Order: sequence, then C-alpha cells, then structure tokens
Amino acid sequence: MADHPVALSNVGFSFGEGALRRPVLRGLDLTVEPGEVVLLTGPSGSGKTTLLTLVGALRAMQQGSCVVLGQELLGAPESARVALRRRIGFIFQNHNLLGFLTARQNVAMALELHPDFGDEAARLGMAGEILGRVGLADFADVVPAKLSGGQRQRVAVARALVAGPGLILADEPTAALDRQSGRDVVDLMRGLAKDRGMPVLLVTHDPRILDVADRVVAMEDGRIVG
Amino acid sequence: MLPLRLAWRQLRAERARLFSAIAGVMFACVLVFMQLGFRSALFDSATALPQAMQGELFLIHPLTTALFRPETFPRVRAYQTLALPEVQVAVPIYMAQAIWRNPVNGTHRAIQLIGFDTEAGAVSFPGLDALIPALKRPDTIAFDWKSRPEFGPVPALLAERGPFQVEIGHRMVEIVGTVALGASFGADGNAVMTETNFRRLVKNRDTSNIDLVALRLRPNADPLTVQKQLTALLPGDVTVVTHDQLVAWERNYWETATPIGFIFAFGSLMGLIVGMVIVYQILFADIASHLAEYATLKAMGFSAGYLRLVVMGAAAILAGLGFVPGILASTGLYRVVAKATLLPLRMQADRGFVVLALIFGMCSIAGLLAMRKLRDADPADMF
Ligand SMILES: Nc1ncnc2c1ncn2[C@@H]1O[C@H](COP(=O)(O)OP(=O)(O)OP(=O)(O)O)[C@@H](O)[C@H]1O
Ligand SMILES: [Mg+2]
Repeated sequence: MADHPVALSNVGFSFGEGALRRPVLRGLDLTVEPGEVVLLTGPSGSGKTTLLTLVGALRAMQQGSCVVLGQELLGAPESARVALRRRIGFIFQNHNLLGFLTARQNVAMALELHPDFGDEAARLGMAGEILGRVGLADFADVVPAKLSGGQRQRVAVARALVAGPGLILADEPTAALDRQSGRDVVDLMRGLAKDRGMPVLLVTHDPRILDVADRVVAMEDGRIVG
Repeated sequence: MLPLRLAWRQLRAERARLFSAIAGVMFACVLVFMQLGFRSALFDSATALPQAMQGELFLIHPLTTALFRPETFPRVRAYQTLALPEVQVAVPIYMAQAIWRNPVNGTHRAIQLIGFDTEAGAVSFPGLDALIPALKRPDTIAFDWKSRPEFGPVPALLAERGPFQVEIGHRMVEIVGTVALGASFGADGNAVMTETNFRRLVKNRDTSNIDLVALRLRPNADPLTVQKQLTALLPGDVTVVTHDQLVAWERNYWETATPIGFIFAFGSLMGLIVGMVIVYQILFADIASHLAEYATLKAMGFSAGYLRLVVMGAAAILAGLGFVPGILASTGLYRVVAKATLLPLRMQADRGFVVLALIFGMCSIAGLLAMRKLRDADPADMF
C-alpha cells in the first residue's frame, strides 16, 4: 500500500454549505501502481476534475484518506501541500504558459523550485533538451503566442515532466487540440512517462486516446464504477 | 532575485503599461521634489537674516518668536558677557520696522531696519564692508537690493545718480550703497545702518533695550562651553544660542507657527497618493490579466510568498525606473525655476534620499494593495 504513488480510500467531498451542500465524491477508492498510466473517464459532472484537484493537493481534503507520494493529504497544512505539488507534474486543458516567457524559460520555471538542478544555465540546458524530446528544438526561444495549440500543449507537457516528478496529473489535455495534435501530445506524454517510470493519472472524454492507458477507470456520480 | 527577474520580464512584456507606470512614478517624484524644494527655498530665504550674522553665540529674548518681531531685553546683558575672557566682542543689534516712501511713485511700505556697530565684524552682509566709511556719516543707510521691487528701483537710481535721499519714517536719509540680504516672509525689504543712525531714525525707541546680541569669541574658545557658562551667568530674560540654533529658531517659527510647512507637506502627499494610485492600477491590471498563469505557478508549487515577492519586485522596479528620470527632470526644473524666481532652489543629496525613500514607500504600499488580488489565483480552478 505504501509504495503506491496514489492511494485513495473512502474519499468524500462536497461543494457548498448547509442546505446547498452537494456531495460530489462519495466513498471513493482508487490506487495507481508505480509507472502505471491510468485513464479516468465518465460523464460530465461525475467528479473527475474534483478528484484530480484533491490528488494534486490543489484543494483541501474533507473526508477519507488520500496518500500521494507518501504524503497523507487529509488535514495536511498548506505548506505540506505546496511541497507536494512540487513533486507532481500538472498538465491542464489550457496550456497556461506564461506569455512573457519563451518556451524554454517557461519549462525552466519548473526547475527553479528544485535547488538540485543547478544554476540558470543548467536549467535552460535541461529545458532545451526536453523541448527537443517533444519535437520543439527549433521553437525553444519562441514565445507561446507564436506557437500552435498543439505546440503549446507540448511545451506544457515538457514543463510538467522536466523536473522528473513522481506523478503526472492531466485533465483533458487534448480537449483543445485537433485529432493528430492530441494524439501526438498523449503519445509523447506516455513515452516520456514510461521512460522515467512516472505514473500518470489522466482524465479524458476522448475515446481516440483510450489505447494509451494501462488501465481505464470509469467514474459515475462520485464513485468508481469499473 | 528570481522573483525580481520574473517581475521585470512581466513588466517588460507590456510596453505601454510599463511606460505609463514609469510616467506616473516620475510625475509623483517631480511633484514631491518641487514641493520640498520650494519649501526649503522659502525657509532658506526666511532665515537669510540670521544666516548672515557672523557671531559664534547670540543672546535672544526667550519669548522672541521670530526676528522680524523680537522681544527686547536690557542692553547691559551684552556687556555682562564680557565678564568671560572667552568673549571678545559683544555687538548689540537693534531691529525695527518703519515706513518707506518709494522714491519714484511715493507709495508706502514697511521696511525692516537693522542697526548695529558696523565696524565690530559680528554682522556681515555681502557688500557691507565697502560701505562702512560712508555709513559713519549721519543719516545714511545701506539698502538691501534683494528687497521686493515695490520699494522702487533703488540699484538703478544709485547707478544713475549716485547716493540719493529717501524718506523713512518721515525722516530723510541718504542711501550710500546696497547690500545683499533678501526679502523674507517677515520683511519685504531691509535697510542696514549704524547704531547711531538707527537711534536718529527710530525716535520712540528706548535705546537701553536691544533685540539681539552677537558675540565673537576668542579663536580657540569652545562655543558650547561658553554657551553653558553664559547661561549660568545671565538672568532668565535672555537665552544663549549658537549660530545654528539661531537659524533653527527662526526656521522653527516659520515651520510650526505658519501653515507653510503644512501646505508643502500636503502638496507632497497629494503627489504621492496620485503616484500610488497609478502604480496600484498598473500592478493590479498585471495580476488580473495573468490570473491563470499565477494560478498555474501556484499549482506547480510556487508559494504564495514567491508570488508576493514578484508583485513587490515589480513595485520596486517601477519605483527605481520612475525615480531616475524624476530626479533628472527635477534638477533641470530647479534650475529653470531658480532663474525665474531668484529662490535658492538646488538639488541636494539628502533631499534625493528622502524622495527616493518616499517613492519606494509609495510603490510598496501600491504593491501591498495590489497583492490582495493574488488570492483570486486559485490553482483548484485550473483543471
Ligand atoms: N468550485 C465548485 N463549486 C461548486 N460546485 C462545483 C465546483 N466545481 C465543480 N462543482 C460541481 O461538482 C460536480 C463535479 O464537477 P467536476 O468538475 O469534478 O466534474 P467532471 O467529472 O470533471 O466533469 P467534466 O467532464 O464536465 O469536466 C459538478 O456537478 C459541478 O457542478
Ligand atoms: Mg472536468
């Protein structure tokens, strides 16, 4: 149990207060094996995003147990959650790159949080390297506004993975992309994650990418159904 | 260092925003410099009379508020100081206001008369030394050419026809030359004369009462020690002050008993508030338009403190970038205004540091206010 990068048991979560209180997750159990790519699907409103924000320590837990990379998140202080986030790679539906930084500088931002990656030159070197791995060697010094949607999302993938996180969380990373770009992005993500043995928890509606998963988990009404 | 760099990159990306912010800071900076400059120039000119005195120590009545309306004390106090061997000369000084009749158009105006032993060397105004022999003649005065123009074109008349007669306090006196002293808030103009001529001109004055005493000490005497000794020696109707204290005494009156100090402080504050609002709006707009990016940084594990440092870094950069052109523009403006008004306006290092601190304070407050917007960057909304 302790070596699972993600281990949730009996997780419950509600939005709202008093009469407006609406449960979104109810008694949810889920584990992710080391190096496993898990795909989370389910109808809209079933609580997939909410689950991901809990696992990513972006939201405070309310009920149950959620152990991520060895850190129990129930009752964890903000400082512990910030520290855990540094060990997770996030890929959002929108790329959310900083518009005033080049692709390389955006990727290097993720390394700034870890003193062991050396100085600025070393960080920019590493960033350039991983941008090469996602096929953007020629676009490293370009600002996001001059990249296509697919290219931006590949920069976001590079940023999420560059620091060698213990877990990758992605929420519909292909939703804003066309078929081929979406395919490229998830393939890259899977390839890089598998190379480095990083587990991935990926939420998607996109049936075309189900085959990247080691395991597909379906959610309905706040529970895992299969 | 890294938050500061991020702040700079973010500011640099929006040129128009950056320049309007710099212009706002520069505006505040120039406004504060001008207010403080005028304030200090006015105080400098208000203290021109005590500044021109040469003594190491002075006697003044403790109730005297300002030199243009002194309280008198017995003349004998001047001679009592000579009991100390360190005191070389004691020069009694008389001051009074009298009505001056403009030699060209006959209009009346109050002029400050200053009478003392011109040969004792305790009071020296630029130009006075050359006039000392001429001032020994009865009914002669030296006119302050920096007096307000309402007294008439005295320097021009002197150049044209040499010494000439004017009417002061219904008595005809001869102007034998000019000295430089300067109009102040308390006196529009000044006339300097010997003690004897002062007595002739101001008839209703009891000459055993004087307004001020200037003391010259022996070369190796310590003014502060002598000041203590004199204070112990003399009765309570005089206070012994050093030259700096005399100037400060005069300055303190204008600073505290008049609204002048307040007016300039208020003007400076207005400038700082306007600058702060501009900087706040720029910083706020920068955060508001980058909320998703800030939230992403939080999700990546950047702490709220790091992001606050980015905002404060931006505030500090704006302060620095606005201050540099601000101080340059103010130095130039000082020159222009000094030329036009004859006010002693000059850029001074200590004022520069004060304004630098004020501008940084202004930008910091703007940063602290804008920072609250960072709370809206919630990483949980990012997915
Ligand atoms: N911040 C919030 N405040 C209140 N209710 C919320 C909030 N976020 C989500 N919800 C509600 O919680 C439920 C689950 O939302 P969630 O975003 O987790 O669904 P999802 O499975 O990701 O759906 P989708 O596939 O459409 O993205 C929804 O009914 C939604 O209305
Ligand atoms: Mg969702």
